Amino acid sequence: MTSTTSPATSEDSTTDPATPDPAPPSRPAKTKRSKAGSAFAMFRNGKSLTGLIILGFFTLVAIFGDVLAPYEPRAQDPEAYGAQAPSMAHLLGTTNMGEDILSQLIYGTRGVLVVGFLSGIIAMIVAVLVGVTAGYVAGWKSESLSAITNVFLVLPALPLMIIVASNYESPSLFLIAAVLALTGWAWGARVLRAQTMSLRNRDFVQAARANGEKLYRIITVEMLPNLTAIIASSFVGTVTAAVLGLTTLAFIGIIPITNLNWGTILFWAQQNGAFPDAWWWYIPAGLCIALLGMALSLINFGIDEYVNPRLRSAGERARAMRKKGYKASSGVTTVANRPDLHGSTPGAPGSSVIAELHEDPLETEAEDEETISTGWPRRSS
Amino acid sequence: MRFFLRRTAFYLFTAWAAITINFFLPRMLKGDPVNAYLAKNQGRVSPEAADSLRILFGLNTDKSLWQQYVEYWGLLLHGDLGLSFSKGLAPVTEVIAAGLPWTIGLVGIATILSFFLGTSLGAVIGWRRGSRADAIVPVATFLSTVPYFWMALIAIAVFSVSLGWFPASHAYSKGVVPNWSWDFVGDVIHHGTLPALTIVVASLGGWILGMRNMMMTVLDEDYVTVAQAKGLSPRRVLTHYASRNAVLPQLSSFALSLGFIVGGTLVMELVFSYPGVGKQLLDATNAKDYPLMQGLFLVITLAVLVANILADVAHAALDPRTRMTEA
Amino acid sequence: MTTLEFSHVTKRYKIRGAGELLALDDVSFTLTSGRTIALVGQSGSGKSTIAKILTQLEHATSGDILLDGKQIPHRGSALRRYRQQVRMVFQDPFASLNPYHTIRHHVERPLRLDKVVPKDEVDAEVARLLEHVRLDPDIAERRPHELSGGQRQRVAIARALASRPSLLIADEPVSMLDVSIRLGVLNLLADLQRENNLGVLYITHDLATARHFSDEIMVLHHGVVVERGPSDDVILDPQHPYTRSLRDASPNPEIHFSGTGPAAAPSRS
Repeated sequence: MTSTTSPATSEDSTTDPATPDPAPPSRPAKTKRSKAGSAFAMFRNGKSLTGLIILGFFTLVAIFGDVLAPYEPRAQDPEAYGAQAPSMAHLLGTTNMGEDILSQLIYGTRGVLVVGFLSGIIAMIVAVLVGVTAGYVAGWKSESLSAITNVFLVLPALPLMIIVASNYESPSLFLIAAVLALTGWAWGARVLRAQTMSLRNRDFVQAARANGEKLYRIITVEMLPNLTAIIASSFVGTVTAAVLGLTTLAFIGIIPITNLNWGTILFWAQQNGAFPDAWWWYIPAGLCIALLGMALSLINFGIDEYVNPRLRSAGERARAMRKKGYKASSGVTTVANRPDLHGSTPGAPGSSVIAELHEDPLETEAEDEETISTGWPRRSS
Repeated sequence: MRFFLRRTAFYLFTAWAAITINFFLPRMLKGDPVNAYLAKNQGRVSPEAADSLRILFGLNTDKSLWQQYVEYWGLLLHGDLGLSFSKGLAPVTEVIAAGLPWTIGLVGIATILSFFLGTSLGAVIGWRRGSRADAIVPVATFLSTVPYFWMALIAIAVFSVSLGWFPASHAYSKGVVPNWSWDFVGDVIHHGTLPALTIVVASLGGWILGMRNMMMTVLDEDYVTVAQAKGLSPRRVLTHYASRNAVLPQLSSFALSLGFIVGGTLVMELVFSYPGVGKQLLDATNAKDYPLMQGLFLVITLAVLVANILADVAHAALDPRTRMTEA
Repeated sequence: MTTLEFSHVTKRYKIRGAGELLALDDVSFTLTSGRTIALVGQSGSGKSTIAKILTQLEHATSGDILLDGKQIPHRGSALRRYRQQVRMVFQDPFASLNPYHTIRHHVERPLRLDKVVPKDEVDAEVARLLEHVRLDPDIAERRPHELSGGQRQRVAIARALASRPSLLIADEPVSMLDVSIRLGVLNLLADLQRENNLGVLYITHDLATARHFSDEIMVLHHGVVVERGPSDDVILDPQHPYTRSLRDASPNPEIHFSGTGPAAAPSRS
C-alpha cells in the first residue's frame, strides 16, 4: 500500500498535535477519591442535597431518640391528662392519657425509618436479582420472569398487606418489612429489566463478550455500574412507598401498637376523638410523614435530573433566554426577534447567539452523561 | 395483531395467578375460624352452603389439593363465593355487588378528573418551563407525599366539623332509602364531594409532576422544533404535537398506579365510612369474615386487571407504534 | 502465518412473527495475516453479521469456519485461545467503551484475561499499547467521555491489539468519526497492520477508503458476494451492476452539479 498520507498525519508523536483531532480541555487525572466522588455525583445538586439533609435530620433523631426525647413515649403524666395543648412541660402537648406527644414522635421516627429502609433493601435485592437477570437472558426465561413481575404489579398492594398482616398477632419488624417489600419490589424489577435489556445491546457489552469476559463479570463490572442511578432512584421510591404503606397500615390498626411509628400516633388520635380540636396531636405526625416523603422525593428528583440532564438544563436555559428577551417556548424565532440584530444576515448573529447560550460548561458534560444511564444518546459530534 | 394476542395472554395469566393466590390465601391463614363458625352455627347453615364453604377454605382434607383446586374453580364459575359470616350469611356476591358501585363511581370519577386536570396542568407547566409556573412544583411534590388519610381527616375537621359545608361520612343521609329521585342523587353528590375532592387533591401532585417531566423531555425533540419552525401556533404545537407524545408514558403510569389507587380507596372509605368494597374489606378483616375477605380480594384484583386492560387499549389506540412493534 | 477460512457460510435469523431473514447466503473468503481484505456493502448487506460470526457473538447456521485448518471452537479454553487470535474494533467509538470505566480498565482487561504479560508488567504494557496507537499514556486515567471520537477509536484499537491477535476485524472503524480525522485513524490501522503482520478484515460502505487501505475487495449485496478481486481491479473496472452503482454513487469533486466542468463525462447518470 503506497503511503499517500499528508505530512501532518505521518508523525509518530505521542499526542498527535498535527492531526485535527480536537480534544476537550484536559482535566486533572482522576484519583481514587474522585472516582468514588463521581459515583455520588447524582446527589450533588440542590434538590438532592436538601432531601439528604432532611433525611439526615430524621436519621439523627432516630439514632439519638433515647437522648433527645424528654419522656418515655407511653409514660403517662397525671398532671397532663386529657389532651392538653402545648406547654413548657410538653412542647407538643399530650394525648388524652397524658403521654408526651413530642416523645412519641421522636421514638416513632425510629419505627418508620427502620422498617422503611429495611423494606427498601429487601425489595431492591429482589428487584435487582429478578430485573437484571430478566434483562440479560433472552427468550422465554426473560418473558416468564417478566410475567411474574407483572403479576405482582397488578396485585393491589394494600388489600394484600392487610390480609397477610392481619394474620399475625405480633409480627416482628422484619416480617412487616418483608410484607411491605412483597408489594414493592415489582416496580423496580420492571424498570431494571428494561434498562438492562437496552444496556445488553450496547457495543461495550458486546466488546466484553467478544473479549471472553465471564458472565458474572459482565453483569457486575460492566453493567451494574451503569445502572447505579436507576437502582438508587428505585430504592428511594420503594422506601417512600414503604413509609407511606407502613403508616397507613398502622393508622388502619392492622399493625400492632408494639411497633410505634407516626401512623400509630394518628391511630390513637383518631380512636380517641382528637379531631378536630386537639390539633397538636394529629398535625405534627402527619407533617413528619409528609416531610420525610418530600425529602425522599427531592432526592429522587435530584437523581432524575442527573440521569436526564434535559430536565436540569431546560429550566436554566429558559431562564437565561428570558433574560435576553426571548420566550422559551418559541425557540425558533430567537434570532429574528433580537432587535439589535435587525438587518444582519441570519448566519453570523445566529452563531453568536448559539455560542452564548452554550457557554454553560455543564452542557458538554451533560450530553455525555446522558449516555451513561439512560441510553438516550445525544452525540456531540 | 400479535401484540394483542400477547397482551391477552398476559392478562389471562395474571387473572389465573390472582385466582390461584386467592385459593391459597385462606389456607395460609392461621386458625380455623370457618370450622369454628360452622360448629357454632350448625343449625343455620344449609348443607350445600357448608359444603361450598369447605371447598372455598380447603377444609376438605380428605381430598387432594388438586381436587380442591378444581372444585374451587367450579364454584367460581358458578358465581358462588360463599356466604358472609358478618353479614348474616348473605351470599358474598350479593354483599360485594352492593358495595362495588359506590367504590367505582366515586373513585372512578375522582381519578379520571384528577388525571385530566393534573395532566393538563403538568403540560402547561412543562411548556412554560423556567417561568413562575414552576413554583407549583414544590407544592405538587408536597401534595404527592402527604399521607392521604391525614389529609382526609384534616379536610373533614375543617370543611365538615368546623365549617359544616359537607357531611363527614356515609354516602347518603341516614334513614333514606336509595332511589332514583333527584333528591337522592343530590344527597349522594353532597356526601360524595368531600371524599372525591380529597382524592383529587391527593393524586393531583403525581400527575402534574409526571406530565411536566415528560413534557420537558418531549419539547427538546426535533419534531417539536420543526413544528414551531413551520409557523404553527404555540397552542397547536402544545396540544397536537407535544402533549400527544408526552401523555403516552402518563397512561402507562396510570395503569401502573391503579394498584395504589385501590389502596387509597380503602383508606378513604375508612375515614369517610363510605359503603364501598374498601370499607367492606376492612370490616371483614376485623370480623374475621374469611369468605367475604377472600371474595373481596378476588373482585378487587380482577377490577384492577380490567382497568389495566382499558388503559392498555387506550395506550395502543393513541400510539401507532405499539400496534406495529412487538411489546 | 495464520489463516482463517470462511467457507460457504449461511446465516438465517428467525424474526418473531415474520418468518426468517437470510442474512448471509453461501459466503466464502480467506483471511491471512499480512493481507487486508475489504468487505464493502450497504446497510443490511450482512457485513456486521460476518463480523459477529467471526467473533462468535453469533453462530453460523451452516458452513465452516476454519482457523489454520481446524474448526473454530465454541467453548472452553480453546474458545479463549481463538478469541485471543481474532479481535474486533467496533463501529461506534462512543458506544464501544464503557462510560463508567477508565481507559486503563479497557486496555487492561484483555491483558489480564489472556495473561499476555505477567501481572507486574501490566501497567507498562498498557502504556506501551497506548503509545503504539499514538496516544499519550497519561490518557489512561481518563474516562471515555473526556476523549474525542478519534481518541476513543484509538483506544478501541489498543484494546483490540492488547492480546496480540493475528487477525483484526475492523467494523466500519471510521464511519462515525469526523471526516477530517478519518484518514489519520485509517493510516494508523495501515501502519499497525504492517508492523504486526496482521490480517485485517476491513468492513466499510465507503468504496474509496476500501481501495486506499486493502489488497482485495469483496462486495456484498443482500448477503451474497457479488464481486471480488484485487482492489484496483474492482474499483477501476467493476463488473457487477451493483458494484458499478456503488462506484457511481461516490461524488466526483471535479464535476459540478450542472454536469459541466473539466471532468464531466456525458454518460454519467
